[in-house]
Amino acid sequence: MSTRMQDKSEGHRMREQLEAIRQQAAGELQGLDNLEQVQEWRVRYLGKKGELTAVLRGMGGLSAAERPIIGAIANEVRANLEELLEAKTQGIKQREKERRLQSESIDVTLPGAVTMLGSKHPLTQVIDEIKAIFLGMGYQIAEGPEIESDYYNFEALNLPKDHPARDMQDSFYITPEILLRTHTSPVQIRTMERLKPTLPVKIICPGRVFRRDDDATHSPMFHQVEGLVVDKGITFGDLRGTLLAFVQQMFGADREIRLRPSFFPFTEPSAEVDISCVICSGSGCRVCKGSGWLEILGSGMVHPRVLEYGGYDSRELTGFAFGMGVERIAMLKYGIDDMRLLYDNDMRFLAQF
Amino acid sequence: MRISMDWLGEYVAHEMTATDLAEKLTRSGIAVENVICRDRGLDHVVVGLVQRIEKHPAADKLWVCQIETGNGETTIVTGAQNVRQGHKVPVALPGACLPNGLTITPVDFRGIPSAGMLCSAQELGLDEKTIAPADRDGILILSDAAVIGKPVAAALGLDVPVLELELTPNRSDCLAVLNVAREVAAITEAPLQLPKQYAGADDQCCNGGDGCTGNKDDLCCTQDRVRITINDGDLCGRYAARLFTNLRLGPSPVWMQQRLQSAGMRPINNMVDITNYVMLELGHPLHAFDYHTIAQGEIIVRRAQDGEVLTTLDGQERTLNAGNLVIADPEKAIALAGVMGGLATEVTDNTKVVLLEAAHFNPASIRRTARQVGLRSEASQRFEKGVNVDTILFALDRTAQLVEELGVADVVPGYVDVYERPSKAASVAFSVERINGLLGTNVDGATMAHYWQRLGMTVTWSDPEGNAQGVVEVPTYRPDITGEHDLAEEVARLYGYDNIPTTLPQGATTVGQRTWPQLVQERLGEVMVASGLREVITFSFINPRHLDRLGLPENHRLRQVVAVTNPLSEEQGIMRSIILPNLLEVAARNSSRRTTDIGIFELGSVFAHPASPEPLKELPEERKKLAALLMGQPAAGWRQKPGPYDFYDLKAVIEKLLACLKINGVTWQATGALPYLHPGRAALLTVEQDGATMELGWIGEVHPDVTEAYDLPGRPVAMELDVQLLTMLARAFGEYKALPRFPSTDRDMAMLLPETVPASQVEAVIAATGGTLVDRWRLFDLYQGAQIPAGYRSLAYTLRYQASDRTLTDDEVNQAHEAIKAALTAQVGARFR
Ligand SMILES: [Zn+2]
Repeated sequence: MSTRMQDKSEGHRMREQLEAIRQQAAGELQGLDNLEQVQEWRVRYLGKKGELTAVLRGMGGLSAAERPIIGAIANEVRANLEELLEAKTQGIKQREKERRLQSESIDVTLPGAVTMLGSKHPLTQVIDEIKAIFLGMGYQIAEGPEIESDYYNFEALNLPKDHPARDMQDSFYITPEILLRTHTSPVQIRTMERLKPTLPVKIICPGRVFRRDDDATHSPMFHQVEGLVVDKGITFGDLRGTLLAFVQQMFGADREIRLRPSFFPFTEPSAEVDISCVICSGSGCRVCKGSGWLEILGSGMVHPRVLEYGGYDSRELTGFAFGMGVERIAMLKYGIDDMRLLYDNDMRFLAQF
Repeated sequence: MRISMDWLGEYVAHEMTATDLAEKLTRSGIAVENVICRDRGLDHVVVGLVQRIEKHPAADKLWVCQIETGNGETTIVTGAQNVRQGHKVPVALPGACLPNGLTITPVDFRGIPSAGMLCSAQELGLDEKTIAPADRDGILILSDAAVIGKPVAAALGLDVPVLELELTPNRSDCLAVLNVAREVAAITEAPLQLPKQYAGADDQCCNGGDGCTGNKDDLCCTQDRVRITINDGDLCGRYAARLFTNLRLGPSPVWMQQRLQSAGMRPINNMVDITNYVMLELGHPLHAFDYHTIAQGEIIVRRAQDGEVLTTLDGQERTLNAGNLVIADPEKAIALAGVMGGLATEVTDNTKVVLLEAAHFNPASIRRTARQVGLRSEASQRFEKGVNVDTILFALDRTAQLVEELGVADVVPGYVDVYERPSKAASVAFSVERINGLLGTNVDGATMAHYWQRLGMTVTWSDPEGNAQGVVEVPTYRPDITGEHDLAEEVARLYGYDNIPTTLPQGATTVGQRTWPQLVQERLGEVMVASGLREVITFSFINPRHLDRLGLPENHRLRQVVAVTNPLSEEQGIMRSIILPNLLEVAARNSSRRTTDIGIFELGSVFAHPASPEPLKELPEERKKLAALLMGQPAAGWRQKPGPYDFYDLKAVIEKLLACLKINGVTWQATGALPYLHPGRAALLTVEQDGATMELGWIGEVHPDVTEAYDLPGRPVAMELDVQLLTMLARAFGEYKALPRFPSTDRDMAMLLPETVPASQVEAVIAATGGTLVDRWRLFDLYQGAQIPAGYRSLAYTLRYQASDRTLTDDEVNQAHEAIKAALTAQVGARFR
């Protein structure tokens, strides 16, 4: 009886001791707010020399019947404390992370790290756009030399020597027979010679051209894009439709075009093409000199003699050709008021495109 | 060409306003550049009569005039010294705002109020070149016929609008008022009225018969007194002449003077004015000789002898050559055909008999001569463009008509006309279907025929129904119409260009795509832009002095240039053989405007003159190049403080480019041989292909002398690559290799090397010794300075070891790594710590 009493009181005492540890530890843990303290707490209660271990060491005095019961209680207390420890650790970590993130905030309005941005020249951008439009319509891009023979530049384009129309284009000469091309039209002949008798011929040719003019509105070097289509049954109406399609893609779907009779030795009939003014849409402004129209293209049906020079039969085939000044288009498109800016290559100018 | 509306109206009663007519003409192919209203600013300027004029009591140089202006007398003070009592003068009354912007208000001149201003020709806005030199200064004195009080614009004929035509070279027929009238008639369908021509009852030759005295001074008929010989028929197709006697020189009537002035010509005297008038009216230049100065009355049309001398009307003595056509008498040249008359045969106050020439000269010959003597007159311009050979007699007879009508002289009967090979009117066959096929229209034959007939052509149908095909006979004043295409254009412009339907080509679908070289070029541009460079476009020609500035020695390859024979200035002297000078110029221009940090590139051609022959027979070689230049420093910010651009910045751009184009095997070879580059900081890029070494381009720091020559701050680096070679070497995509299946191992090595050993040698040893085990390597540090012995530098590489069939063991990697170190020690003198 007394033994039992004693037993009972020993077991009871240990049970109370364990409960007291659990409550004390849990209470202490609640007040902790950094990982070091938590670590100390863990050593104090759960460590090898901790209080819980110390209690368990006293289990030797327990009866065989009580030992497993007290053991189970002790494990439960340990598990409970470890759970609290885990939750506490997570909580502190979370708060520390939050504190760190808070302390790391930056001034998002400071400028970003500088990287260099290059740019294509505005003329190249316009040429690229023209190319894209005609590639989309099934054209190929052709090229030719900047230094040309009199034959390709004039003769084969129905401009024999002493033809008064040669006055329209004052040329830079290398020799009496070799010159800087005055237009991209020689590429018409070169392309036909290369492709004959393949049909259809559908090309555009961008490039540099040269004329002996140098003033506010003329540069001794400038750029043209030439176009040529040769096939069976090509009509003047097709020329009109093609140019309208181009103009509407280049300058906007509400552009209109107007054709005026004109003269080029290598086309017949020939036409100057005006577009409704990109600034005032036709009501009249300074840019269009009040007319509502802007001249941007020369065009026409390929002269039979030119087709023959190119190696195509002018009785079977017809074709149209057109040519435009890239500078003029760039100036209209970007609102540039001085042509010389395009060749001045001022970085402050180029950076705007 | 300028045409006043009243002159045009004389031949065609179109009943349109100048603006409407201008629009109609422009839309049908005769471009009207301007409708000139010459009376702008002449409101409240009237004709006044000077009743009295006296000196200003208080000012020496001023005159006080009492002027009748139709509304009573007005007092006007003037400073002009040429006004006399009885003169009729232009009076600007208060309210006038003159063409020069001057507004007229009453002004007090030292106590005398002046109610207006007397005007000079300039103040009225008259074109000085149409005014006699004597009338250019002082107040313009009006003709006695001017009506007092009427607007001065009416008195001077300025109230009529003038059309300014911008003629295309094919329509030089419209350098004649009559032919513009024909065009107006065709457009408006108003009838055409031809001008009157001389038809004297006795206008024929006496043939030495009755009335022919045989006395040279007794002019019975032209044929008897004038002989014409054409020696050089290739340059002169027709020559005709008429005589006028009893010349009574004087001013021409006001209406004629005003028409000449409206066309921009200056009235001179009645005889000259008539020839100019007929030239403007019919397009035929005419020339008047003093008949008595022509030896034996004989005209010879011939080439000049080399060195032959002629004093022309402007008093200049000109030395001629066989390329010039002259009009001569048996003794001497008397005129430069079609370009300018001779001084000795000029019509003067003493001239009694005039020989009037009308001729056709070879346009090319006139063009050359006019250029040679530097003179392009209204007459030579018309000859250059070709006058109508078939209306030469019309021009002579029209002149005779005016000479008689205005009483300038007596018309001598008959004319002489040498015309050996008469031209034939052109006939052009056509098919209605073909013309519609070309235009994309559906115009019927009858309508086409109607258009052509309105333009003065004759249509003959060759099919019985008369609507499918035929022949058009073209009048001689339309030499531009030679083929069916030309007839089609006439149809199109009268049908209206804007009435032609809008269609698209109907043929087979075609693929629009770039060629490989075009794709590569596009990519080059993109990589350069992505590398932060801005594209520039500069001229293909340069000033030859750039070659000196580049420091090129006498016989340098780049001095084999193609020269322009007729540049506007030295700036277009030669075609560039290298793009560098253009880029240096851009850099200089920008840095003079305080932009000193520059990264630019250009894709353009360079040109090389072949070693021989001179002059060029074939087109010179033209190669596309990609050139670039960096100067100053990359953009700096608060996070980056980059140093100035150097060689390696630009090298990185090239490396990026080569990587992008999948080009391998490029060798960077140090060179001191390019005169424009720093000899220690330049490299040639070469590629071995099929046993040949090809030069891809160069890169380097610009030589300090060159930098100085272009006045550049800093030390620019530049490059130039050959685009054709890049295109040839470039591949669209690389060769695929399976990804490694086994892990790799990285090992570093740092070595001390004599600084003369280039990195490429180190890498060659690594590659050769490492073999297939070394997958790649990277130089991650380079150090020279403290703790490194002089003459040495330290290089540190990371090597990646990798085998495709197994995971390499530490031992394998260590062995390979040590082997490489040993090889480096042995072969390039590397020292490892
Ligand atoms: Zn506008």
